[in-house]
Amino acid sequence: MRLDPRTTDRLFSIFFRVHALIVVCVLLAILFLIAIKGLPQLSPAFLLQSPKDMGREGGIFPFIVGTFLLVFLSLLLAIPLGVGTAVFLTEYRREGRLTAFIRFGVESLAGIPSILYGLFGFIFFVIRLKMGLSLMAGVLTIMIMVLPTIIRTSEEAIKAVPRQLRLVSHSLGATKWETIVGVVLPKASPGILTGIMLSVGRAVGETAALIFTMGCSLRLPTSLADSGRTLAVHFYILAREGISMEKAYGTAFVLVFAILLVNLLAYYLMHKAMERLS
Amino acid sequence: MKRLLLVFLLILLVFLLYGLRRGSKEGFCHLTLIGSTSVQPFAERLAEEFMAENKGYLLDVQGGGSTAGIQAVRQDTAHIGMSSRELKGEERTLKSYLICYDALAVIVHPANPIENLSIREIREIYAGRKRSWREFGWKDRAIDVITREEGSGTRSSFEDLVMKGEEIAPTVMVQDSNGSVREIVANDPYAIGYISFGLVDRRVKAVSIDGVRPTEENIKRKVYRFVRPFLFITKGAPKACEQNFISFVLSERGQGILKREGLIPVL
Amino acid sequence: MKREEIHIEWTFRLFAFSSLLFLFLILFFILFEGSPLLYKVGLRSVLLEQRWAPTKGSFGILPMVVSSFLVTFGALCLGAPLGLFCAIFLSEYASRSVRMVLKPTLELLAAIPSVVYGFMGVVYLVPIVREYLGGPGFSLLTTSLVLGIMILPTITSISFDAMQSVPGPFREGSYAMGATRWQTIWRITLPSARSGIVAGFILGMGRAIGETMAVIMVAGNALSIPKGLLEPLRTLTGNIALELAYATGEHRSALFTTGVILLLIIMIFNSVANFVVKKRIVR
Repeated sequence: MRLDPRTTDRLFSIFFRVHALIVVCVLLAILFLIAIKGLPQLSPAFLLQSPKDMGREGGIFPFIVGTFLLVFLSLLLAIPLGVGTAVFLTEYRREGRLTAFIRFGVESLAGIPSILYGLFGFIFFVIRLKMGLSLMAGVLTIMIMVLPTIIRTSEEAIKAVPRQLRLVSHSLGATKWETIVGVVLPKASPGILTGIMLSVGRAVGETAALIFTMGCSLRLPTSLADSGRTLAVHFYILAREGISMEKAYGTAFVLVFAILLVNLLAYYLMHKAMERLS
Repeated sequence: MKRLLLVFLLILLVFLLYGLRRGSKEGFCHLTLIGSTSVQPFAERLAEEFMAENKGYLLDVQGGGSTAGIQAVRQDTAHIGMSSRELKGEERTLKSYLICYDALAVIVHPANPIENLSIREIREIYAGRKRSWREFGWKDRAIDVITREEGSGTRSSFEDLVMKGEEIAPTVMVQDSNGSVREIVANDPYAIGYISFGLVDRRVKAVSIDGVRPTEENIKRKVYRFVRPFLFITKGAPKACEQNFISFVLSERGQGILKREGLIPVL
Repeated sequence: MKREEIHIEWTFRLFAFSSLLFLFLILFFILFEGSPLLYKVGLRSVLLEQRWAPTKGSFGILPMVVSSFLVTFGALCLGAPLGLFCAIFLSEYASRSVRMVLKPTLELLAAIPSVVYGFMGVVYLVPIVREYLGGPGFSLLTTSLVLGIMILPTITSISFDAMQSVPGPFREGSYAMGATRWQTIWRITLPSARSGIVAGFILGMGRAIGETMAVIMVAGNALSIPKGLLEPLRTLTGNIALELAYATGEHRSALFTTGVILLLIIMIFNSVANFVVKKRIVR
């Protein structure tokens, strides 16, 4: 029985719509469940207090701080290093085996699963370099983890800057590096920002690499040598051990909400950057 | 551009200095405890109490398992290791302090009608030779068996006390902490697992073993034989910081806290 | 002015070399720690042996390799169709306003941390699988489901890009000849975008095989090869995560060896994906 092509067209149209709907429903379901069970937990006490009784009572303040410290410090290191490498790769024009080799290394590293970063960080930073389970070890591990992403996106963004701009800049008397810093980088900033935001998102959600490098102490980390938890790590431990489902949902809510905020901030900043350039 | 660089370097410097300074302040003790997930919650409680009274102390308690804790002490990653099993072989060069005893409980879901299992039956379940609850008088349904990971002190104690040299079957599910084993058994009517007695709560049921019920009474009277030591491990003689905490744990106060939590004090 | 130039240039060089140093450090460290065992015991013995009892000298990771591939394939079975169909909708049927809603939705799905997916899997999926399908609930099926949803955004976005890069005139020509939208998609757009879509699938597989947290929460972590959809399993990543904390000596090397093998598999996936895309462009 052959169907009229118009009918098949309509059927398939519905078919694809349904699938898109399913995907949206899955997301909504996840967000809804977290919101419904997590929102009641939200209170100033929850956000500003320290945990008591292994997390059954009290709040998640140390973990909010821990997350912030970790992400901030990792990016503080990764951004200059990553953007600098991207600039080096694109402007140091001797395209040959060296740059190809480097690019291959960066590509390979982009695919490394986070548990391998945990393995590396644990053996190298925590044990060999005797940093112990600490913020420092976590920061360095996450820094290396996000470096390939930042390098890759920055490189693409820099490459996308039209040659004319560079030529014009040179013709106006600017030196090579003045051009890079004053013209190319600003023009590439939306793309670079994308890479940074992607990295922030990844770092905030990271668990496997951090349990083995930053550890899971319940205290507020006040120095680089302190151990601590991020929101994601705390959530994992609460959920896995069944310590408190309510607190787990509450933590999940803060976690997902924070990621949402980061994404929104990313959109906003990119918008601003693009506006400023046109 | 140059200014940005300078600011960046300055922030870095501040953090580094702050971070390194903390470690060497006088009269200031920053201790890291790593090890058994069975000991962990109790060490946390002890640490909480200790830090409340001794302002110059900062204690970090992490899990990882008994073997991990012992390794950590060896590798200088931790000041004190926590273990729920005796030291073996080369580990014996380390110093150990018995802080209390804990019983091992074999747990099932509260809806599971079985009240008692013999050691042999438990062994057969874990070795994979008895696979269905039907063989124990319940439904015809496969047993969901859960064990701890290989480096766990709890597992080591379980193997010593129950398995008698037989290996736990590779088909058995593995979880890496007492808490997660308890969590799974609490949610799966057909599951069986083993955890620290001090962690048993209303959501799971501890079965009698060879007719002996796991109660505090029976454990104290040594009628319930599934008992293992909780140890604090140090590398050589403990420094003042560590010694103070260990003394606290072994004091009447410390032992009282442990007793309240369902453990057996060292007396 | 010249002096400042050199300062800036050298700053960039310093940054570049430092970061490259770190990147190669981790690559070499993993290879360095993982290779000796491979040489000593032999790749074949590691890959083909069934028994993993590292404290007793057995380093067979076959069950984990098989399980990793099984969940990856399973994830693809769910994620590929769903992801592709969603991409088709997004690319060929959705209006601009719908796209503006759907794209952020996908990005948000991608941004949700894996522990949250694992948590949802444990709390909602595992009991359902156990109640209605049997088994302990921690199983190949559950893991595939969770992973499938996790790789969905990747597959959708890459397939979407692939379809969007099919030139407008291709479609227009088809419509001009009286074809319906579906006929155009089926005969023109999809075949043209095929290599990009396949690349997306492969990259999705790369993500699935590298996932750790969600997997150890729902897979059960049993050491044997699952004989059915409802049986528990342990992946390569799960193995590393469970044993990392206490492994020493040969055991630790064995974990690094697992890491090396994992790395190789992922690099092969990435290379194949790149190759598939390049082949298209060359043609």
